[in-house]
Amino acid sequence: MKYIQGVIILLVLSVFCVGGLVADNHGTGEVLRIAWAEWPPADYLQELSKDFTKKTGIGVEIVQIPWPNFQEKVSISFSGRSELYDIVIGDSQWLGVNSKGGHYIKLTDWIDRNIEVSEIYGPAMTAFAEYPKGSSEYWALPAEVDANGYVYRTDLFEDSAEQKAFQDKYGYQLEPPKTYKQLRDIAEFFTRPDQNLYGIATYFSKEYDGITMGFQQVMWSFGGSYGDPKTYKVDGYLNSEDSLKALEYYKGLVAFSPPDAPNYYWQETLEAYKSGKVAMAMDYFAFLPGAIDPKQNPAYHDKSGFFIAPAGPKGQYISIGGQGMSISSYSKKEDIAKQYMKWFIQKPVQEKWAKLGGFTPHKEVLQSDTFLNATPYNKAFAASFPYLRDFWAIPEYAELLEACQTNWSAAIVGAKDPKKALDAIVRKHEEIFEDAGYYNE
Amino acid sequence: METEPTEFNNPPRVGSFARTSTGLSDYQVKMVFIMPTMILLILMNIFPLLWSLVLSFYKYRVNRPDLPPEFIGFKNYVRLLSDPDMWGYFQTTAYFVVTAVSAQFLIGFGVALLLNREFRYKGLVTTLILLPMMLSPVIVGLFWRFLFKSDTSGLINYFLLPLLNFVQATPIPWTTDPKFAMVSIVIVDTWMWTPFMMLISLAGLSAIPKYLYEAADVDRASNWFKFRWITLPLVSPLLMIAILFRTMDAFKMFDIVYVLTREGGPGTATETVSMNLYKLAFRSFNTGKSCAMAYILLIVIVALSNIYVKYLNQLKREA
Repeated sequence: MKYIQGVIILLVLSVFCVGGLVADNHGTGEVLRIAWAEWPPADYLQELSKDFTKKTGIGVEIVQIPWPNFQEKVSISFSGRSELYDIVIGDSQWLGVNSKGGHYIKLTDWIDRNIEVSEIYGPAMTAFAEYPKGSSEYWALPAEVDANGYVYRTDLFEDSAEQKAFQDKYGYQLEPPKTYKQLRDIAEFFTRPDQNLYGIATYFSKEYDGITMGFQQVMWSFGGSYGDPKTYKVDGYLNSEDSLKALEYYKGLVAFSPPDAPNYYWQETLEAYKSGKVAMAMDYFAFLPGAIDPKQNPAYHDKSGFFIAPAGPKGQYISIGGQGMSISSYSKKEDIAKQYMKWFIQKPVQEKWAKLGGFTPHKEVLQSDTFLNATPYNKAFAASFPYLRDFWAIPEYAELLEACQTNWSAAIVGAKDPKKALDAIVRKHEEIFEDAGYYNE
Repeated sequence: METEPTEFNNPPRVGSFARTSTGLSDYQVKMVFIMPTMILLILMNIFPLLWSLVLSFYKYRVNRPDLPPEFIGFKNYVRLLSDPDMWGYFQTTAYFVVTAVSAQFLIGFGVALLLNREFRYKGLVTTLILLPMMLSPVIVGLFWRFLFKSDTSGLINYFLLPLLNFVQATPIPWTTDPKFAMVSIVIVDTWMWTPFMMLISLAGLSAIPKYLYEAADVDRASNWFKFRWITLPLVSPLLMIAILFRTMDAFKMFDIVYVLTREGGPGTATETVSMNLYKLAFRSFNTGKSCAMAYILLIVIVALSNIYVKYLNQLKREA
């Protein structure tokens, strides 16, 4: 018995020792560690980086962090001045806090000397690299440009019986919606709980930035906004009549969504589409490879069409996604990191990046036929570009986001009156701006 | 007859000044052994505790080294205690603590009463019942997420379907409706922690001397009488300890809420104080305010524990 116990203890110790050695090997040598979210583009970048390793002999490890923990994990490592990550591919909203907080290295001079900015898609440079906006101070290089878009079931939309029934009921032709009114009608039309079919899957979740990214584009398109970016005045903007109408509209979509829709974020939305539960699904384009992959979506991969977020009564705006590539101030490999970023933004590398499935920020590549035809959704993605808008990118964005997430989530499930929810966000946002001293400037 | 002093008949003096062969006194040896642990405890527990108390009086964000900490006295505490949302989180937490701990106590004690007898495979049955509390809360949250799906693809709704059809009701939106979301959390926590209650209760029950029941049988006492006047008084101190542990733990409920109802949703239906504290500390990085909130939570738990301990002492005196 004692012998067996001894063997077990020895085995456990060996596992720890081997684990420790493996971990040590990761920490030494010429390896660039890049932190990014856990999603398909991170896999593409890992693949792409093999070329960099071949050319320079420097290894590249893409550390993939699950989306809901992405921000906090990176922020905690920054707060501890950790050397864990050399490059961080962070959300556009992080620019404020990480530049002001001294966590990102300022790249303005380096970009001036080494990067041909005119080759990069202008709005991407502003959204993912510049802070404060319009200052020409750069803290990143755009890595992945993304936008919210829609995937729909062509087998349903192109079915003649469905088309006739839709025409009879709504008086116009069934086709991918161009306005939010049409989107609602189509969602209502396909909602058939007895067939386990629903009209739409979109972001309603309280997780991370889920419902905010789904709803804000509707709010903007209905005429609402987060506030005045110059005065930081929020009252009358975020809780305006237009914002209220938008929230009531978005809440109304819950009735045309599967029963567990209030928990839907990117993963659940895509799953609902792949399982044939919904006629349309909204997601960031970067998540859509799953919709056309025969392995992941055996039933509808070849029956999927794509369209851009529709227009509202007062315009057309779309939530921007994507991230910029920044160098951590605590990295000991700044030179290698710069070498990697310079390599990454070159046209041939960007072409390969686009071919692999990455959404390139390189203007020429972005507008090329090769890119537009690389996937069935790239055209819709490129068409979304003129309409992209972003959430606040100031250092207090996380608190502002939290207030939106909590109150909008409460409003769509009926736990809070939409007007009260908007007023509550206004109060919180004003409190945050006041506390941060924006009203004193 | 005088004997030569040896190490056997003349052992070293016991006390502070006794010395070992290395020249260290017993006291010094004790300190050598204790100090590493003491230093570790001070560094890992005491220092953070005191440091966070200091920080709770400052306007400070750990992710903003460019903003020096600003002393603001009790402002963080005042703001938290005057925030109506905060009281909402406390109410949610209190509702959860009361319902979950009560359910765990009733079911756990009931199962312990059933198991407190000899039967075949008793050991195996007891081990199987204990399994849920050995699982990681995140894993538990994840698989209950699938069981609680709001349509009939969730196993719970699937099994309830005949009943739901009979009463002409739709599948229950377990985690997506504010009315059911907290019930789901209570069910999962009860599933996970009832075995703990059962285990402590069983330990208490098996420690009750058998002769007391035999004497009661001689007096032809009823089962209720035996339960009320023998079982309950003798097992209650242990039950109180179990309830104390579970209350303290339930007050800090975080992991299942984080995973099952997506960070305390929908809305704030399941947002406990700990969930909100986590967001304040690690999402918003409002370090000073989150430290103040952690201290408010600590004070509430210490106050509650004191009430329990006083009652426990009273029970002991009565016994």
